[in-house]
Amino acid sequence: MDKKDTTGSSCSCMPHPETLSCGCRKDNPTASGILVTDSSITFANRLDHFLARWGWKRESHRIEPGLYCLGNPTADSPVFASANYTLSFDALRSALAGMDAWILVLDTKGINVWCAAGKGTFGTEELVRRIAVTGLATVVSHRKIIVPQLGAPGISWPEVMRKSKFLVEYGPVRAKDLPEYLKTHTATPAMRRVEFPLKERLVLTPVEFVHTALSMFVVTVVLWFLAGSVAALAAISAVFAGTVLFPALLPYIPTQDFSTKGLILGLIIALPFAAAFGTNPSLPGWADVAGAATALLIIPAVIAYFALNFTGCTTFTSRSGVKKEIFRYVPAMTLMAGTGIVIGIALGISQLTGVL
Amino acid sequence: MLNSYKETSLKYYPERCINCKRCTQVCPHAVFAEGKDHVDLAQPASCMECGACALNCPVQAIEVQSGVGCAWAMIGAALRGKDMDTECSCGGDDSSCCGAKEETSSCCEGK
Repeated sequence: MDKKDTTGSSCSCMPHPETLSCGCRKDNPTASGILVTDSSITFANRLDHFLARWGWKRESHRIEPGLYCLGNPTADSPVFASANYTLSFDALRSALAGMDAWILVLDTKGINVWCAAGKGTFGTEELVRRIAVTGLATVVSHRKIIVPQLGAPGISWPEVMRKSKFLVEYGPVRAKDLPEYLKTHTATPAMRRVEFPLKERLVLTPVEFVHTALSMFVVTVVLWFLAGSVAALAAISAVFAGTVLFPALLPYIPTQDFSTKGLILGLIIALPFAAAFGTNPSLPGWADVAGAATALLIIPAVIAYFALNFTGCTTFTSRSGVKKEIFRYVPAMTLMAGTGIVIGIALGISQLTGVL
Repeated sequence: MLNSYKETSLKYYPERCINCKRCTQVCPHAVFAEGKDHVDLAQPASCMECGACALNCPVQAIEVQSGVGCAWAMIGAALRGKDMDTECSCGGDDSSCCGAKEETSSCCEGK
């Protein structure tokens, strides 16, 4: 959802370093270059956030990069940097309610601050370029820009200083802490720490689930016709457990590695299905054992793979650690799933050919 | 075993530190703590290799092989025959991780 029309319009006044007060109106845009925003979060904004959380048109949740005025900022008003991702920008502008400020929005291709910093789009080069393009040095009298702490992986403050003469001040991790931070321009240790509470983990689950929904639907339908309703339910359960239950239970599952956490959760999810497949009175004993083994091999492997992939969503996994996990566990997951599939196919062929 | 995150690529050279404390400001996991003459490497195992400390250290007292810990991107890179270590690193225009394309991974949504 492009927010050019909902949160920003060009300022009607030409900035002047001595007496600048934006005082621009959204209904009177001109081409002076300064955009206007406010701190209100409208229904359209909330709908945009909802759609972004569900992964709907992911690249469309962006705003126009540039310099925005919030309230009636003067040449002495603080300058904040943000990404051109609606959730990032809206979190900042809503946190600054009642303040007069400038917001310098970098072109991060619609990606949030932390990811864009890791990718380099929220970076030194773009920050320096955006300062120059917007003429920020002629708009404000000071030379300080408050950058979100999570932008630091992309920003080198000495380089920004050298190239633009602006001093980077790292604000808190969360925009909601800005009012408190701005009282002293000092962040408490809690303001500097990234957490990953249940709410933040759950908010990621819709997009995780949606990304697998089509594959899950196809597999479920195929299993329904080939192996029955219990097998179809097993497929749905594995995907739900891997994409929703695992993030929710992440800190409570034993071990540190995501793969082993996933295997443990997968084993628990697989047990009832193993029991169902392993206690079919109409099948011989070896077929019951094979049916139970299929569930115990495939379901934990699938959930462990989902769990491993969740590393990219977390706020604490290192690249070297994830790489170790991949080499340690992916071969085992592949072997488990492959063996389970072979056993399952063998069972299916046995039924089709009348062996069972 | 069962913890692949004990060791990281983070290296700290305290003799170079000028105690500007920028690393304590940018680290989201309190890996560095304020010390008397220089910052202390308090929790090295908590490092997620984001690279913020090294990039913002004015005297190169910190080194780290920065990158995004995203299995989806790394496995995808390996399957496409690309380098797992550079595919999802900072600045790669071709990187799938955190990309703006709709068909790409959901990774980094929480970051």
